[in-house]
Amino acid sequence: MRLCTLCQKERAVLKRPKTGQQICRNCFYAVFETEVHNTIQENELFKRGDKVAIAASGGKDSTVLAHVMTTLNERYGYGLDLFLLSVDEGITGYRDDSLETVKRNEQQYKIPLKIVSYEELYGWSMDAIVKEIGMKNNCTFCGVFRRQALDRGAALLQVDHIVTGHNADDIAETVLMNILRGDFSRLQRCTAIRTATNETIPRSKPFKYTYEKEIVMYAYFKKLDYFSTECIYSPNAYRGYARAFLKDLESIRPSAIMDIIHSGEAWESKIEVKVNTPVDGRVIVGSCERCGYMSSNKLCKACVLLEGLNKGLPKLAIGNSTKYKREQDKRDASARARVCDPATPSGRSPS
Amino acid sequence: MGLTIHLQFSGGMELLFNNEKEKTVTLPDTFTPALATLKDLLPWMRDNLLSERAELFMQGDTVRPGILVLINDADWELEGELEYVLKDDDTIVFISTLHGG
Ligand SMILES: [Zn+2]
Ligand SMILES: [Zn+2]
Repeated sequence: MRLCTLCQKERAVLKRPKTGQQICRNCFYAVFETEVHNTIQENELFKRGDKVAIAASGGKDSTVLAHVMTTLNERYGYGLDLFLLSVDEGITGYRDDSLETVKRNEQQYKIPLKIVSYEELYGWSMDAIVKEIGMKNNCTFCGVFRRQALDRGAALLQVDHIVTGHNADDIAETVLMNILRGDFSRLQRCTAIRTATNETIPRSKPFKYTYEKEIVMYAYFKKLDYFSTECIYSPNAYRGYARAFLKDLESIRPSAIMDIIHSGEAWESKIEVKVNTPVDGRVIVGSCERCGYMSSNKLCKACVLLEGLNKGLPKLAIGNSTKYKREQDKRDASARARVCDPATPSGRSPS
Repeated sequence: MGLTIHLQFSGGMELLFNNEKEKTVTLPDTFTPALATLKDLLPWMRDNLLSERAELFMQGDTVRPGILVLINDADWELEGELEYVLKDDDTIVFISTLHGG
């Protein structure tokens, strides 16, 4: 039996990817929770009395986040008013089980839950969108709508802050993806632990330095109730390769995760992008003239997508615009200017 | 008498194994007690238990990176990984970290 290198008493049950230390269950809980607490303190993520929404999907990361936030809030007296916030995309059989998990989490952690649906926010469920446009480009819709749904749900709850369960592996993966796409403005932003502009509710990632392995081990040892599935509408091959590549690297050298995050951070400090200066030739601050959401164009991405959907032209905002512009011209000559930013990866499509 | 091993699947891993979260198996006589290792068990599981997509379970002679393995509730990295010698009544847990959360 290997003994824990920290307490020298108990059986070691985990080799930490970050440090290589072999530690027992209780020492693991202690270091895991303390590191997240330190991350929160050092980055001054919250103020006493803040109303904080935990973005909850029922998956491992957000379930562990809800557990740890509740624990730390009590242990250290943060004085936070915590909520669970879930988005129901309206995908039959996908969210049903995960929403059940979130509802159980509400009971287990005794923090109130708010579920916002695409249907009530946009008038369209994902199932209805897929029915309209087919399987090919629906991730564009899901991504754009999901990002806004959290903000809109948070605004509804009047929260001061949103926390998400993004972990170190997720952030390293996003750094890689942005490099692979040549998207340097996102590369600079994606490692930030906290994002805040005047227009949106601040968001942060308390698990920025937490390895996925430890999150899963924590959930396993604590027997936390979570749900896992692949989104049935997301056959995103490119990201899949990036993730597999990252996991291969990690299996050879676990520090690869932190090294990639540090590389991303180095970019962040190298090129300064200030608010109100053009990024990719566009000014980033502004708001959608239809719904008021932050947008660099007249209409935000969700409203562009919705306009297309409601007109029966859902591909308007997704594909190579020329063909659709022509179709659009025929139907509505005046609305032709409304094409989405072709430089934005989420608006890009291989078709 | 063959070795009896308790297998558990979670985190989405069960989707590859007939959606079963737990399974107790008795290994055939080709598994010699005190000699057979995890390196022998993995391909046997692939050939006898896996219901779909072997490439999501194994890569080369080991599990696909991103799958966590626990032997009797300890990280397999502390137990010798593939070289771990199977014992009767062992519990081996496979957890996928590659599924959505
Ligand atoms: Zn210990
Ligand atoms: Zn809008």
